[in-house]
Amino acid sequence: MSTAGEEVPAFFKSMGSDSPARPRQKFCGMFCPVEGSSDSKTLDFDALSACRGGRSDGRVLFSPSPPSPSPPSAPPASYLSSDRLLIKGGKIVNDDQSFCADIYMEDGVIKQIGENLIVPGGVKTIDAHGRMLMPGGIDVHTRFQMPDRGMVSADDFYQGTKAALSGGTTMIIDHVVPEPGISLISSFEQWREWADSKSCCDYSLHVDITEWHKGIQEEMEALVKDHGVNSFLVYLAYKDIFQLTDAQVYEVFSVIRDLGAIAQVHAENGDIVAEEQRRILEQGITGPEGHVLSRPEEVEAEAVNRSVTVANQTNCPLYITKVMSKSAADVIAQARKKGTVVYGEPITASLGTDGSHYWSKNWAKAAAFVTSPPLSPDPTTPDYLNSLLSCGDLQVTGSAHCPFNTAQRAVGKDDFSLIPEGVNGTEERMSIIWDKCVVTGKMDENQFVAVTSTNAAKIFNLYPRKGRIAVGSDADLVLWDPDMTKIISAKSHNSTVEYNIFEGTEVRGGPLVVISQGKIVLEEGNLHTTEGSGRYVARKPFPDYVYKRIKARSRLAELRGVPRGLYDGPVCEVSVTPKAMTPASSAKTSPAKQPNQPVRNLHQSGFSLSGAQVDDNIPRRSTQRIVAPPGGRANITSLG
Amino acid sequence: MSYQGKKNIPKITSDRLLIKGGRIVNDDQSFHADIYMEDGLIKQIGDNLIVPGGVKTIEANGKMVIPGGIDIHTHFQMPYRGTTTVDDFSQGTKAALAGGTTMIVDHVIPEPGSSLMESYDQWRQWADEKACCDYSLHVDITHWNDSVKQEVDNLIKEKGVNSFQVYMAYKDYYQMTNSELYEVFTFLAERGGIAQVHAENGEIIAEEQARMLQMGITGPEGHVLSRPEELEAEAVFRAITIASQTNCPLYVTRVMSKSAADIISQARKKGNVVFGEPITASLGTDGTHYWSKNWAKAASFVTSPPLSPDPTTPDYLNTLLSSGDLSVTGSAHCTFSVSQKAIGKDDFTQIPEGVNGVEERMSLIWDKAVTTGKMDENMFVAVTSTNAAKILNLYPRKGRIAVGSDADLVIWDTDSIRTITAKTHNSTAEYNVFEGMELRGAPLVVICQGKIILEDGNLHVTSGVGRFIPCSAFPDFAYKRVKARKQLAVLRAVPRGMYDGPVSEFSMSRGGTPSASARTSPTKQPVRNLHQSGFSLAGNPAPCGPPTPDDIPIRPAGRRIVVPPGGRSNITSLS
Repeated sequence: MSTAGEEVPAFFKSMGSDSPARPRQKFCGMFCPVEGSSDSKTLDFDALSACRGGRSDGRVLFSPSPPSPSPPSAPPASYLSSDRLLIKGGKIVNDDQSFCADIYMEDGVIKQIGENLIVPGGVKTIDAHGRMLMPGGIDVHTRFQMPDRGMVSADDFYQGTKAALSGGTTMIIDHVVPEPGISLISSFEQWREWADSKSCCDYSLHVDITEWHKGIQEEMEALVKDHGVNSFLVYLAYKDIFQLTDAQVYEVFSVIRDLGAIAQVHAENGDIVAEEQRRILEQGITGPEGHVLSRPEEVEAEAVNRSVTVANQTNCPLYITKVMSKSAADVIAQARKKGTVVYGEPITASLGTDGSHYWSKNWAKAAAFVTSPPLSPDPTTPDYLNSLLSCGDLQVTGSAHCPFNTAQRAVGKDDFSLIPEGVNGTEERMSIIWDKCVVTGKMDENQFVAVTSTNAAKIFNLYPRKGRIAVGSDADLVLWDPDMTKIISAKSHNSTVEYNIFEGTEVRGGPLVVISQGKIVLEEGNLHTTEGSGRYVARKPFPDYVYKRIKARSRLAELRGVPRGLYDGPVCEVSVTPKAMTPASSAKTSPAKQPNQPVRNLHQSGFSLSGAQVDDNIPRRSTQRIVAPPGGRANITSLG
Repeated sequence: MSYQGKKNIPKITSDRLLIKGGRIVNDDQSFHADIYMEDGLIKQIGDNLIVPGGVKTIEANGKMVIPGGIDIHTHFQMPYRGTTTVDDFSQGTKAALAGGTTMIVDHVIPEPGSSLMESYDQWRQWADEKACCDYSLHVDITHWNDSVKQEVDNLIKEKGVNSFQVYMAYKDYYQMTNSELYEVFTFLAERGGIAQVHAENGEIIAEEQARMLQMGITGPEGHVLSRPEELEAEAVFRAITIASQTNCPLYVTRVMSKSAADIISQARKKGNVVFGEPITASLGTDGTHYWSKNWAKAASFVTSPPLSPDPTTPDYLNTLLSSGDLSVTGSAHCTFSVSQKAIGKDDFTQIPEGVNGVEERMSLIWDKAVTTGKMDENMFVAVTSTNAAKILNLYPRKGRIAVGSDADLVIWDTDSIRTITAKTHNSTAEYNVFEGMELRGAPLVVICQGKIILEDGNLHVTSGVGRFIPCSAFPDFAYKRVKARKQLAVLRAVPRGMYDGPVSEFSMSRGGTPSASARTSPTKQPVRNLHQSGFSLAGNPAPCGPPTPDDIPIRPAGRRIVVPPGGRSNITSLS
């Protein structure tokens, strides 16, 4: 895969330099294997018009119209004079291959990739010196500026996206959390407003389903069709607040499948958690250690297993947010082996640290680790999760960045169940994964790009606009320095909170230059962010990556009844109580439209108790047991 | 099969019985010895026993003598919407004895809302009148409140019941929520009971049933289509999770599918105290018959969880049973006549559920597991009898051939071959789910309570001779491990100074909010005095209690006190 470097075997090294491969290499420079393959991998912007649509209203606040010559396809993007950028001599790393080429960007879009590009004069040029150039990270899970009981999580969209950019992440997807009782759309618009005014990088939004009724279903439809949302989160935890029952989850998943969206799940058994919380408080354990004691990892694995089951039943793609424990990850890996369409998202915290800190004597430090599901106290967990991430059993990474400062955490100083939940991680995500996975040899640089960016773009239907370096893609790039080392500390991080859960961790690898929307955001250690420059990126439903399989399966999954004659033997009398299930009114009325009763006439003559038709069972007088009906036994019992 | 005895009818005066030349098979070993019984108890075991003259002697001719089977799961005479299952305690226990089972354990099913104790008495009355063999009872918990809790307590302490079943299926009827399960399990763990679960996710079943019926599928195939095996596996997984949280021994009734069995065996590998009970039907046949064109035949297979349509399931379950991953076998015998099943002729959800199996259980397991070499005769005894006795705390009175044990014995003929059919079976149901199956291995002689019940192919049963066998709490088999774990599982809080830094304002509740009890409990404030002096923003010592909105006005909007008077508080700088 790598064409540079001394250590590659000879047959790889010759690729692209020897005569057979050379012409092809020269032709396109990026998709060496097949000529012209760049056509298919380049964006068809008409097809993605919905994605672009979100941008115009996203930028009302800041942008005066652009002075630069506007390109044919992409809408105007910038207010800086120099929209043009050339990166020379970089090694481009996509999720499938790495190769050396130059990149020319204009108006926030990658215009050319190759060697000896013909570019306008006076373009700002960055020399990459052979360093890796990769698609900017996508943090699929953030909760910036999240309201919680009148408080707001410490990092707002400005602070949060700034931290993201400084870590090499050029797009975030935040969660809209509507309070139960509040309309999804108005919450969504609230979040849009917050993010549009403050975000420094492109963003998109997941919407959480915190209650369930008919109106929500309509709002979901509207969100998918008109607002570019294709993922919804349901909670199996937070009893009596956000938690949905299994039946509700089933219905939500059915709706999501029909809409072509992704079902995300916060997987913990809220019922058990509530019981355990009570028990532990009764025992007098009120500190943050109670948080993890009341949420053992089994409870997480159980909920993952349950949501996999429901997703299988409804043939709905499933996405587990915050995979925090070995057993939950195992359940996902097993389900994938059985063919379930399920994705697992470990977060920076679960990949980088463990839950032993809940027992810290320093209350504020212990409380800073409080998140749900909790970090596993098993110190081998991060390593295990990194391994599964590397082998593809887990696919995407988020940060679940939702920090609260110590004073906010102290709301729960006498009762761990009141501590606001969330950890930091959006800034550290890329470096932690590089350090834990690539440096240790668990994964290569391509897989690194896949789990930090490409897979997220594919799942949420942003690919190839995001998550890939290709002509036509957005100019969100990171020049990665694998040798940079840094010690993470609350003193130097970009978040506003007092504690960093990775405090003191030394990580190797970090962004040297970060380019977002074609502009240099990080260079030489200096961050140049612009509040409000982030655009909302709309996402279309039915992402191929997810729904190709689902569509094929739904064609196969048609069920058929067995065509039988009508049973017309004796029927026992039944007293009042309808048994067990009673599947609501819809079920009771439906058997009337029995489609096929083919052989009815043939045999009916033999039995003449009543001359009536199909529904003769109802008015029949109280025939308890007609063991030998006139005309002999009924046909139905003697067929087979 | 010769025996040296008078040809008298064994409804005998003589309570004494000698079995000569048999090979005694227990769950741990087999050995040759004679057995002498008197008054329904085994009195002597050994060679050359000294016995009174004139004792009836059975010559076993080297055949195996095994402890009589214990069918740990039956539903005889079960009321169902005004009708009753066709096999009552007399008919049912007769079938059991014919198959070599000398004890059954029936389920008491109280209607939701009715008293457990009354239902228990009702079942006792029915069984005492009619049962032909010893019996015991499980009680199903179909609703949960404090009075039920009290009744459960009484049943354990005074009535000899140590196992209680809860339902995760039958939405809006028997089904319990996770929180209720948690409470039931917690309570049973305290009192030494065994928690049995009917494991299926009732919520999803209800949704699937509605969907099937909407699609126009109304026949028995809808039953299995609406209850895919994943739902069983999911519920098993959940039950295990809750049991492990509450440290309660778990017993999963009716393991019907591979995936459910897999989850049990995985959990056992992880150390959970969980027992799985496959039933005769799941070990012997599969769910392909739900698609039979014959409605009545298809309906006769309807039971919950359903038989798996995967035809390799029985073999797989037999393998797990042989390896010890599944522990006991029952029959879940609960038969309805065709006309009763026909209640659901237009709607599969109305078909009464249950299959036969009490008579076939022993032969079927022998045929599927022992003749195929999956298990040996000792394991056979373990899964058909001994393990059940251990779980119910009846061991070694039942489930073992030993001096002092009950004289419930079976002389097993490994070579006999018979074909199962509804024509010859002892149940009153018109269909037998094992119809046409040829099974090797059958009881030659069955001795129950020291009396010969089956001999020469003739069954001599007496209704009403069956005794209720009380089961005591805390069976060692399940509870030894649980007790040890309880001692280890004590949780300890981290001793910290009080946090007395700034506290943010907050409004209404979110997150766990474990109701009232939680809010009031954290009242321990051990080291308060030591550190309080350093911080003097609010003079009153109250704010260390659970923060309520009333606290806030006292602290003047103290949103962020980054540098509190008197320096940083101790609590954040300890480590």
